[in-house]
Amino acid sequence: MTAAVPNTAVENEVMIELRGVNKWYDKFHVLKDINLQVAKGERIVVCGPSGSGKSTMIRCINRLEEHQKGQIIVDGTELTSDLRQIEQIRKEVGMVFQHFNLFPHLTVLENLALAPMWVRKMPRKEAEAIGMQYLERVKIPDQAKKYPGQLSGGQQQRVAIARSLCMNPRIMLFDEPTSALDPEMIKEVLDVMIELAESGMTMMCVTHEMGFAKTVADKVIFMDRGQIVESNPPEEFFNNPQNERTQLFLSQIIGH
Amino acid sequence: MSHDFAPLPDLPPPGTTVGVIGWLRRNLFSNTINSALTLFAIYLLSTLLPPLFNWLFFKADWIGDSRDACTSGGACWVFVSARFSTFMYGFFPDNETWRINLIFIALIACMVPLFIEGFRHKVKLGLFVIFVFPIFGFILLFGGVFGLEQTETSQWGGLTLTLLLASVGCVAALPLGIMLALGRQATNMPAVKSMCVLFIEFWRGVPLITVLFMSSVMLPLFLPEGVSFDKLLRALIGITLFQSAYIAEVVRGGLQAIPKGQYEAADALGLSYWKKMGLIVLPQAMKIVIPGIVNTFIALFKDTTLVIIVGLLDVLGMVQNALNDPNWLGYSTEGYVFTAFVFWIFCFSMSRYSQSLERKLHTGHKR
Ligand SMILES: Nc1ncnc2c1ncn2[C@@H]1O[C@H](COP(=O)(O)OP(=O)(O)O)[C@@H](O)[C@H]1O
Ligand SMILES: [Mg+2]
Repeated sequence: MTAAVPNTAVENEVMIELRGVNKWYDKFHVLKDINLQVAKGERIVVCGPSGSGKSTMIRCINRLEEHQKGQIIVDGTELTSDLRQIEQIRKEVGMVFQHFNLFPHLTVLENLALAPMWVRKMPRKEAEAIGMQYLERVKIPDQAKKYPGQLSGGQQQRVAIARSLCMNPRIMLFDEPTSALDPEMIKEVLDVMIELAESGMTMMCVTHEMGFAKTVADKVIFMDRGQIVESNPPEEFFNNPQNERTQLFLSQIIGH
Repeated sequence: MSHDFAPLPDLPPPGTTVGVIGWLRRNLFSNTINSALTLFAIYLLSTLLPPLFNWLFFKADWIGDSRDACTSGGACWVFVSARFSTFMYGFFPDNETWRINLIFIALIACMVPLFIEGFRHKVKLGLFVIFVFPIFGFILLFGGVFGLEQTETSQWGGLTLTLLLASVGCVAALPLGIMLALGRQATNMPAVKSMCVLFIEFWRGVPLITVLFMSSVMLPLFLPEGVSFDKLLRALIGITLFQSAYIAEVVRGGLQAIPKGQYEAADALGLSYWKKMGLIVLPQAMKIVIPGIVNTFIALFKDTTLVIIVGLLDVLGMVQNALNDPNWLGYSTEGYVFTAFVFWIFCFSMSRYSQSLERKLHTGHKR
């Protein structure tokens, strides 16, 4: 196993805080009383069975979903229905999706430069320079002029990560970033994410890549049926799971 | 299982399935019924086509300037050529028709680069044609400035009027239609949404002829005494509102085809609603709906002939007007064939253009 990435968490600086968060889809209670604190530089891995509300939870953090009860405070700002505050928070929070969601009508470089230009009001030259810089960081500067459809899945996901980083976010959210990838491409994406972790980024990552969790996570959270069932540092989480549902889940994952 | 693998050589297909004979056999004579139908079709064509071509071309009269030139029993195209300028320009002053020609030539010059593969500023040019060109066209047509003689809208007619109605209908209805489509999708603004739904369903539910009739007959009843505005303008507004409802529905289809992930990615990057729509969603959606929009344009182009009921004389109107001329009584067939031909040329070109676009857009994500 790779050596663990050193802990970069700054204990007394809270970046994300969820207080008694509840959410319903119509009558379906999808998030039940979620309480969670993420410190600056902390890396959280979220796992749990399909349909347990992992995506819903992290999508609430940048308001792609709306919660109905409780408080979500991101970087000191509480998420309410105030549009300007939402846009403010989204500038600081990057998100990477399972299916990349690159913009197919724009080249890779245009994908990267778009948000800096239109949200941060940067001149095109500067935005493209930043785009190139992050493309180099994810090791595909030679693909800048191509369209997303011409890239492999792993390359597309790395572009998607670079696209978020171009906004210079303080927090990065990942929703199963490797689940849609062929096995041989998973590593190239995880490597980029590990590098990002090393740089001290605050990260929250839904994934079933347990090796990744062991390497970078400061805390692993297990969710089931809309609740956080267990939340522990990786050694504790994997070697000594407390809850029987966690045990069952881990045995199924590792059994594979 | 380690035998040597020797691929069989590729053989040509049997002769009776390829080439002209193969084609004939497969498509025209594949069975008895098919063969009988083929023979019947050949018989029909051979009896119908020769007289048709004789009338249209071989026995037709082409030169001359009055009905005296039409003696041979075929079509009298002299009627069309003698009245050609009114069919094209309506009652526009004779020595000012160069202005119409100039608009037309300038428009074509602007459009040509749009068809050139690899031309880089298509979007900019397209926006220029849509937003700036109409101003230029209007100034030339209307006059009254830069020493141009002012014309009356009642002098505008013929093909000029047809093209004017159709292009204003398209160009003005496009942004309005897009806004309506966006409004109809705005689930978080119920008031806006229901207004858009109401508007769209109202205009889609009434025939254009009713719209025109109301705009010309009923609207003045609601206006205060003494206030009147141009008949052509009223027709244009009616056509634009009517057309925008159709465009809205086509655009809505395109919006629905854009995956949710595109909206979410744009949101997650912090783009505001209008930037998300303008930069991410609409460019992709419009690409999908171009063929559909061209179809509504074709339908509108033909529908413009209806303005005749409010007394505007488009190309069909001018032809009918000429048919009432005692000097040319009895040549209605020629007049209508000519009109049909003019419409066919325009509609067919639009349809081919939309097909070629469709083919191009099908080739994946590349531009
Ligand atoms: N838009 C939605 N409308 C209704 N139910 C939804 C919606 N999105 C998710 N759900 C339901 O909420 C539950 C949690 O979903 P999700 O957060 O995507 O789970 P996970 O990411 O852990 O697999 C699932 O049962 C799912 O069916
Ligand atoms: Mg999920």
